[in-house]
Amino acid sequence: MAEMDTSSGGGHHKKGPGVKKAKKLSTRVDLTPMVDLGFLLITFFVFTTTMSQSTAMNMNEPKDDSTQVMKVKNSGAMTILLGKGDQVYYYYGQLEVDKLSEQFKSTTFKQIRDLIVTKKKATNIDDLMYIIKSDKQSTFKNAIDILDEMSICAVPPGHYAEVDMTATEELLIRKTEEANGIK
Amino acid sequence: MPKVKIPRKSTTIDMTAMCDVAFLLLSFFILATKQKPPEVLSVAPPSSISAKAAPDKSILITLTKDGRAFIMLGDETKKADILSNINLTKGLNLSPAELKKWEKSPFIGLPLNQIKSSLSLISEIPANKMPGIPTDSSRNEMIDWVKSISNVYAGTDQRKLQEMLLVKGDNEALYPTFKNIKQAFKKNEIYKFRIVTNGEAVPVGSELYLNPPKAN
Repeated sequence: MAEMDTSSGGGHHKKGPGVKKAKKLSTRVDLTPMVDLGFLLITFFVFTTTMSQSTAMNMNEPKDDSTQVMKVKNSGAMTILLGKGDQVYYYYGQLEVDKLSEQFKSTTFKQIRDLIVTKKKATNIDDLMYIIKSDKQSTFKNAIDILDEMSICAVPPGHYAEVDMTATEELLIRKTEEANGIK
Repeated sequence: MPKVKIPRKSTTIDMTAMCDVAFLLLSFFILATKQKPPEVLSVAPPSSISAKAAPDKSILITLTKDGRAFIMLGDETKKADILSNINLTKGLNLSPAELKKWEKSPFIGLPLNQIKSSLSLISEIPANKMPGIPTDSSRNEMIDWVKSISNVYAGTDQRKLQEMLLVKGDNEALYPTFKNIKQAFKKNEIYKFRIVTNGEAVPVGSELYLNPPKAN
């Protein structure tokens, strides 16, 4: 059988007096910096990873049925209009021509929650109806936010609906925007 | 009295084990992190309090900031069927080879009449240069797409289809485009679909927070 000779030139313990003894270097390395680096990378990855997982929100659209018109009590209705620049407008009941400026109010998404809750508490639950109308210049975010607001305020399904905006309302929004200087 | 000599112990500890742990954790985190699929279309979805996770396999309609609409057919088993269905119903005159080629592109973002010419190109049009599927009320091609999708899934569980239908829109996208997409669903008698949102906690003190619905 072949054998490998690993000793260097026969008998290494028989070195002459002139041969210097090779200094045995320690094989141990200080691993502290490596540990530091490891944990640094861990913290970096933990912090930079976004944990936000996308979720899915259910949407239920009503059937377009012109024969079935829903009647809403005037006292229980609140119309929420979504406008340009995250502006929200609202009025209670039905718009009356001579009281337009009194009825039609503007607000923001921050305050709309209180208004929804106040209305909900003040109204008999059977009569309660929120009518949501989105303007052409409102964004997708607005449309989702207001639906989200409905679930945050625990408005039961069937008590809010998305409806197309009328020309009068659009005109009112334009006028209010002009007056408030919203671009 | 004999002097008691306390042997000096070295303060260096063996770091090997700690180093091993650190790198084990590091590799675990890197491997366990789910890579986001490459997003050619950058869309920032709005947030909602919904806690249901979006499914991985889905039919996703993406609505970009500038109002372009795209479809991603995530269900590989049905993709070919949907494409050949729309080829048939809309008379796109695609050859089987062209259909095969079309199947490979991840996004659908071209008007129907541009599809044949785009497939003859050597290189694919990048998604961010595509004009999007027309959704305006005069020519809402989204209706045709949803029709083909519902045709292909006709015999299967409709609730599964409803769970797969996702709409992902950008915060800044204008409402009318979204309304046209809703219209496309409605025209095909699909009344339930889902919106992709970023999860968010229920605000403290709100009605829902105080009276959480019973777990179902």
